[in-house]
Amino acid sequence: MEILIYGTINSVALALYALGFALVYGISRLPNFAHGALYVLSGFIAWSALHTLGFNYLFSILTAMVITALIGAVIYRVFLIRIRGMEISEIIASYAIALAILEGLRWSGFKGMTYTLPAFIGGSTSIAGISVDYQRIVVVGVGALLVALLWLFTHYTRIGLALRGMAQDERAALMLGIDSDVMAIVAMALGSMLAAVAAVLLLPLGNIVVESGYNVLILAIAVCIVGGLGSWMGAVLAAFIIGFAQILTVVYLGSHFQMVVALLAIILTLILKPSGLFGQQKELEERV
Amino acid sequence: MNTATTQRRKERIDRGIKVRSDGLYALMSWRELAYLVAPRAVLILGLLALPLLMPGVYWPRVIPIVCIYALLALNFDFLAHYVGLVSLGGAFFVGVGGYISAILNTHWGWSPLVAAPVAALSGGVVCTILLLPCLPLRGVYFAIITLMYPLFLARVIEALNILGGTDGILGVDSFPSAWVEQYAVIVLLLVFLFAIRRLVNTDLGLVLRAVKDNDQAVRASGMNITHYKALAVLIASVIGCLAGACLVHIYMWAGISVFALDFSVLPIAATVIGGGGTLVGPVIGCLILVPVSELLRDFGTLRIVFYSLILLGFITFRSEGVMVYAQRKYQQFERWKTI
Repeated sequence: MEILIYGTINSVALALYALGFALVYGISRLPNFAHGALYVLSGFIAWSALHTLGFNYLFSILTAMVITALIGAVIYRVFLIRIRGMEISEIIASYAIALAILEGLRWSGFKGMTYTLPAFIGGSTSIAGISVDYQRIVVVGVGALLVALLWLFTHYTRIGLALRGMAQDERAALMLGIDSDVMAIVAMALGSMLAAVAAVLLLPLGNIVVESGYNVLILAIAVCIVGGLGSWMGAVLAAFIIGFAQILTVVYLGSHFQMVVALLAIILTLILKPSGLFGQQKELEERV
Repeated sequence: MNTATTQRRKERIDRGIKVRSDGLYALMSWRELAYLVAPRAVLILGLLALPLLMPGVYWPRVIPIVCIYALLALNFDFLAHYVGLVSLGGAFFVGVGGYISAILNTHWGWSPLVAAPVAALSGGVVCTILLLPCLPLRGVYFAIITLMYPLFLARVIEALNILGGTDGILGVDSFPSAWVEQYAVIVLLLVFLFAIRRLVNTDLGLVLRAVKDNDQAVRASGMNITHYKALAVLIASVIGCLAGACLVHIYMWAGISVFALDFSVLPIAATVIGGGGTLVGPVIGCLILVPVSELLRDFGTLRIVFYSLILLGFITFRSEGVMVYAQRKYQQFERWKTI
């Protein structure tokens, strides 16, 4: 039972990490290696808004989301737009951005154990004899809500449909009057905002530390690759697979192995079936 | 029309000396010979003279590090621009070579001068075998998987607590003297630089470059692509492992930090700045970047910010790199022409 409950919570957390990455890659074929950095950055923005500027908690969360979305859009507009389509340059450039943000944060003194965000609702309850704090329940609820909202957004709004059109066939979308650069900026802003949502939801469960940026990036990549790059349903399913696998290894092997599982999942998936469980890549694009 | 008279464009023309010296038979004078030899001589003599020009306590520590990063950058450039395999995991080669050399040295007491080459060869074989399953991958998939390998090995060593665990292997011997240390890596760097330059122009190099340009065409000519890719990875990983082995003997310590991202990122930055696909470019890039980062060491993590920003600027705004620009300036002149 404990495995079931904590596995679900862990899986939803992984799905939250990965949604933004999957969204950006799915729409603009851009592996956004700065995702983990944006996650940590928005945590620190929320913290600063709350403690330094003295905003109300809800308002500082909104500030963090908006600012992170803007930063994502600016990163795309200034840097990534110039190298779009050159896969390797995309990876190197976005990775350089990630390093600059994370190490910059570390340099400007945001390190140590002092940075925490308060939980939305304190206290805990017990489900079937296992005590679960309310924040984790909120995480699961919001995670489910977010997936549902994203589905509605991409299926029933004009922008969402345009995004999906671009994801399916960029040239055809261009011909129908969808500006692919604008859409890519929107996608990047949305993806960054999803990273911020994940941050404000999950960071109250622990400290805000710079190192988690790298872990979040690895986990997001792991989930997206196992699920298939570009497939959201695959990402959600893969989040559950990896989430439960992680909890099982923590219970039966020890917490050191948690990251090993994620990395092993990436390596095995790439070797056996690079397009992932639900990938729609053509065979030729990924391997010879 | 007023605007028509002021319209000009820039044209680039090969220097006559280049046109004539493109074929070796055209060399007619010492001047032309010097034109061809000078850049190479400056590089070789400059590198060999570095330890003599930079005495003291501090620089003899930096010069070998520069050369080691240059070896890694050379390895990245060869794989990325001549074979089309973008490996983001320079740290993987460093780690495997470093650990093997450290074990040979501490457990069996082999001298560093023997342990490092043995570690390079055996590490190269180990790396190639480990990378073999992912050789059919390409593009972003290969890049991601190579980024994950060093992280994975580091976590495995940490989790299983093997090979010294988080403490690493202590008490690794250093090279006999600082002079041996410096000249060993400098000579290795020069040898590999010119060897790879020769290699990419042989028949094998032609096949490798063809694999990069159009692997389907190569496969259609009845050649086994994976076989050639494996050969290229073997060459690259021998170089990478040698760099790792030397590094371990310089630091006299092998630990998880040999899998650190530095060894993956800095060579890439150097390649981008120096100019990808030129082979000399990465070496020049390292000669610029590594001393800068050593000077910035006082600022702590700011130096990583600094060179990731340089990397970002170069890759987005000036992706050709220093070397390509310098070559153009050396071999061509520009003039304005009215049209």
